[in-house]
Amino acid sequence: MQTILQDFGLLAGFWMTIKLTFWSAIFSLVIGTFVAVMRLSPVGMLRQVGTAYVTLLRNTPLTLIILFCSIGIYGQLGIVLAGRDAPGGFIDTNNFRLAILGLSVYHAAFVCEAIRSGVNTIPIGQAEAARSIGLTFGQSLREIILPQAFRGAITPLGNTLIALTKNTTIAAAIGVAETALVMKNVAEFDPGLLWTAFGLIAAGFVLLTVPMGLLTSHFAHKLAVRR
Amino acid sequence: MSAKTNVLFDLPGPKARSRHRLLAVVGAVVLLALLAWVLVRMDDKGQLDPDKWLRVVSGEAWRYYFVPGLRSTLVAAALAIIISMGLALGLAMARMSDNAVLRWAATLFVEFFRGVPVLIMMLFAFYFLVMMGWFPSDVNPLIGTVTGLVAYNSSVLAEVIRNGVASLPAGQREAGLSIGLSPSQTRRMILVPQSLTAMMPSLVSQVIVITKDSALGYMILYPELVTSARRLGSWAGAPFQAYVIAAVIFIIVNYGIDRLARWVETLQRRRGRSAGPIADAEDVPMVGAGVRGTVNAPAGG
Repeated sequence: MQTILQDFGLLAGFWMTIKLTFWSAIFSLVIGTFVAVMRLSPVGMLRQVGTAYVTLLRNTPLTLIILFCSIGIYGQLGIVLAGRDAPGGFIDTNNFRLAILGLSVYHAAFVCEAIRSGVNTIPIGQAEAARSIGLTFGQSLREIILPQAFRGAITPLGNTLIALTKNTTIAAAIGVAETALVMKNVAEFDPGLLWTAFGLIAAGFVLLTVPMGLLTSHFAHKLAVRR
Repeated sequence: MSAKTNVLFDLPGPKARSRHRLLAVVGAVVLLALLAWVLVRMDDKGQLDPDKWLRVVSGEAWRYYFVPGLRSTLVAAALAIIISMGLALGLAMARMSDNAVLRWAATLFVEFFRGVPVLIMMLFAFYFLVMMGWFPSDVNPLIGTVTGLVAYNSSVLAEVIRNGVASLPAGQREAGLSIGLSPSQTRRMILVPQSLTAMMPSLVSQVIVITKDSALGYMILYPELVTSARRLGSWAGAPFQAYVIAAVIFIIVNYGIDRLARWVETLQRRRGRSAGPIADAEDVPMVGAGVRGTVNAPAGG
């Protein structure tokens, strides 16, 4: 067990999982909200762009998206997300940030749909009232619609967060040193420890996701708009 | 949705219309500028070279890479769907059973495998099979991929079925019991069949999740579409282009399945065949609510 935790870097792997989840959650929330606003807007062009974004991203496997980030954005467009002398090495830092980019744009599509489902929980009267007191689209969105939509969307947002946590394992496809890569290394270099590694990793993910689920249920209940 | 969205803003007057036009133009310009920039950057690297694109859509590329790759993807997905469905039925029945041991075993299985990432399960199954050497080594990737997919999706589908049963009107169960069926007969003959019909759209959309997740087989060298694209990329010297084509194939296949799911849904609504409203996975309280993967949760893949 000591070997897996330290020599194979399982603890570091889980720390990487947490970092990937944290940053991707924030960025996907920002991008997802932006796309959701586009899909709700009165401008037909923006609505179509939003719909196209969700359709394209949701139907592409995350593995492909993350590979694209590596060979497309870094390899072809030459966009570098880390300094040449980044602490922790250029390649590792760059791949870590590319993985966050891939995870964020993919889950943003689900965040967008979650927020739209939250908008659906708002009674029509709220939007009508906002319009009738003369709020513009932007104002009613900011003051009336989005605050209630977020509160109504906590359950699907929480489910997206849990899925995101588990999907960070796919960052292993571009060599980010998280739990799936640790698992692979254990299996290849010390197959006798396979069961232990699997047990520890599974337990780790349960430990990460169960509190998320409990908090989601708690806040979904507590923050629900009483109607 | 559309009726709801339209309440968010008034019918635009002349001023608003011109403002919207302006916004649309600005949006289009930004998008086009981005696209142009990407194309220029790619051209600088020689990625717009028609030769490279022709090589990845040539007859050989299809014959030796994309078609076999797509076939492997579909084989893994189909196997996973069929096995998951069967296992999910069993798990759902066991979770609703009157036998406490059975119920707890099924609950443990479902909650555990919903919490473990599909990729971890796949890696474990694959290396376990390699270590045991039960099968010829060329089928290990397929079995590993399918095992990973089945473990997660059968658990999710079992919950879908169970929630479907919970959303049926109580009268269905009562009627079954009152004509003398045993509780398990009632579940088997009355409740679960109706739940399956009601959950049909969710079941079909789970098929998309499975198809996408089968791309994880890439990590254990199962020769599915992404793996084939990588091999084609190095054969043709055009990795970027090969992945683009693979992504397009995935989008078309999944978009098709998505359309199918919606069509099934409207068909059912028109016929009024479903016995109750289609339940969301959120509606039913569950043990260990934490590791919950509803059908709406994003898949990996």
